[in-house]
Amino acid sequence: MDRLWRTNRAVLFASVAATSLGLAVPASAQETFKLGIVTFLSGPAADSFGVPARNGAQFVIDQLNKGSVPSPYEKVGFGGMKIEPVIIDENGGATKQVQELRNLYQRDNVDVVLGYISSGDCLAVAPIAEELKKMLVLMDCGTPRIFEEAKYNYVFRTAAHATMDNVGLVRYMKAKNIKMESLSAINQDYAWGQDSRADFVAAAQQLYPNVKVQTDLLPKYGAGQYGTEISALVGAGSDVVYSSLWGGDLQAFILQSVPRGLSKRSQLVFSAADHVLPPLGDKMPDGTILGARGAYGLMSQKSPLNDWLFKGYEAANGVYPVQAAYRSTQSILGLKAAVEKAMSKNGGKKPSTDEMVAAMTGLEWPSPGGLIQMKLADGHQAIQPIAFSRTKYNPDLKRVDLVDIEYFAAECVNPPPGVKSIDWIKGGMQGAKCN
Amino acid sequence: MKMSQHPLVMIGLVAAVTLAGRALPTWTLSLATIAASNALIALGIVVLARTGNVSFGQGLFFAAGGYGVALIANAWGLTDAVAQVIVGAACGGLLGLVIGPLIARYSGIFFGMLTLALSMVFYGALVKSTALGGSDGFNVGRPSLFGMSFTDPREADFMLYAVSVIVTGFAGIAATILFRSEFGLASLAVRENNLRVEYLGLSANRIISINFLIAAIFAGASGAFALMAQRHIDPQFAYWTTSGEFVFVAVLAGNQSVAAVFVASMALELVRSFSNLYLPNTWQLVLGVFLLGVILFLPHGIGSLWIRDRRKRRISATAPLTAERGAAP
Repeated sequence: MDRLWRTNRAVLFASVAATSLGLAVPASAQETFKLGIVTFLSGPAADSFGVPARNGAQFVIDQLNKGSVPSPYEKVGFGGMKIEPVIIDENGGATKQVQELRNLYQRDNVDVVLGYISSGDCLAVAPIAEELKKMLVLMDCGTPRIFEEAKYNYVFRTAAHATMDNVGLVRYMKAKNIKMESLSAINQDYAWGQDSRADFVAAAQQLYPNVKVQTDLLPKYGAGQYGTEISALVGAGSDVVYSSLWGGDLQAFILQSVPRGLSKRSQLVFSAADHVLPPLGDKMPDGTILGARGAYGLMSQKSPLNDWLFKGYEAANGVYPVQAAYRSTQSILGLKAAVEKAMSKNGGKKPSTDEMVAAMTGLEWPSPGGLIQMKLADGHQAIQPIAFSRTKYNPDLKRVDLVDIEYFAAECVNPPPGVKSIDWIKGGMQGAKCN
Repeated sequence: MKMSQHPLVMIGLVAAVTLAGRALPTWTLSLATIAASNALIALGIVVLARTGNVSFGQGLFFAAGGYGVALIANAWGLTDAVAQVIVGAACGGLLGLVIGPLIARYSGIFFGMLTLALSMVFYGALVKSTALGGSDGFNVGRPSLFGMSFTDPREADFMLYAVSVIVTGFAGIAATILFRSEFGLASLAVRENNLRVEYLGLSANRIISINFLIAAIFAGASGAFALMAQRHIDPQFAYWTTSGEFVFVAVLAGNQSVAAVFVASMALELVRSFSNLYLPNTWQLVLGVFLLGVILFLPHGIGSLWIRDRRKRRISATAPLTAERGAAP
């Protein structure tokens, strides 16, 4: 009995102390911004995209909370509010993601959810956020269908969709006078592979009207073994072999094709391959043309903001940042810009969802990968510049360097507002502004 | 007949659970909808398991129901929740009617592998069909009920919760009645010895086919619920891991109690959701340990927590009824 009383007294004392402590701190400094972050922490996309995206987000949030990000992002957190991340795993399929998105908003009361790498997950969660009238920022997924098939008010995508990856790649090849009379392709048999292939072939037919498609392979996602496919590609001997493979599949394809001389017979072009450069090292054949889904990583342009991310991320994680880290960084910085813009309008209060949505619509902000502009889908879909380059192994640094870098302006490789991507490509890419 | 298994008592229970939804926090409503939908398909697996056959390919009917409803909803604007459940059940049932008699000739591992193979064939075809969005799938609009559309998120969630709990509840009541019926007991006999069943003048194939059809109808309706809850469908519905998860729910529940299927399904969803929130890097491990724990310490499933005592009494009283205990292998 006595012990019970003592514990009760302790609880009472603790709660009184906690309440008085809470009263002592001014309410504004206590206010935090709860940010749900969804990215692959397990599964095949974790190593290539999910974990770098998480590391990027963690790095940026730490730096923002310390107030040590360069201009124009010097303010602590989001407009003085500390950012409190809630990180969950994107693995497990769209059903689970829809459920977890609801839990984040309704149970954990996060202010905004930011994330998603898989296009299928993005398509599934977007209408749910719209129904719940909560702000959702998609950071990486590629499919143009999200805003081309539906209209959203509460959903934003802070990165360009996958169209520019292939349009830019063909423009780069044309600019570098790569001969392409015949073309072979190997892509995974799921939406990303099928869509990338369609975009690349359509863009190639515009800029190389005489191109012949020879071997067109669609091995299944996660195949890992490409013996027969490589035989077919070597046998075809096309001028160019195109692929949108990524992650473990791309590494396996390169490791298996190099000894069989595919890279000597044909020019290899990869739409999104920078993330395999650190693990492959000198196994990557020189002269391969590749993109990074933006002006990212070793192709990024020098700026104080980029130096901050590149050096800081490398120091924190022991490896330089690649596309996914840049994408999570640019979406968090964009959200920060939107929150602070909303706060400057409402007198410095924590903004409501509708105020943040209004501020984010049509916003432009500088990021380590260049200027991000929310120009498509009534100000909800970003466009951004992109870079392409060739590989060259650097034995002194023991890493693959990227040379012959060429930058393309956002409006040169992205469709104008109101046009479906594939129609834009097939219609001759009208209205593209290239310099 | 015991009081707790009287249909009126069970109907009262379903009504109570439905009304309890008014008091639940919003996030639990959608979680419970998914749990009820998973329970419905797991119940089908339990029905089928009583004949000694486990289907590892219920995802086939789950996806058939989901895609059927989604395509009809997008083409003809059918948004009524009850109509969608009926369409889903019909799609699953039609497919079950075609496949059931063919597959009933096999048993054990061959049966399991064939169902798995069929669901993966469907998965492969869906991934390749770019008109249906390929592996990314496509979206559908939100469901309505009897001409009412719900714009308030909480009301919309409650509507879905109510429909799924009532449908799943009635399926559960039907299953309880079925288990005690002559047909249900004959299904158990097929598992014990199908040759003897044939000597009694019953067709074992027919019994398996009918149970298979029931499981397919439940799976199709469950696919309709999953679609209504997430408003998006992709080929993952037919993937083997999806089917495997339903078998997991059935194993967790054991086949002694219909209510256990619902409890197991809800427990699995809660463990998954909270482990994902608090341990985002190791949530699969937590889920695995939970499953392992249930299998080790409750080998007859969660249902054995409250069935055990009653069973002992019953065994001592009426020996022949032991068959009804029907523990899963």
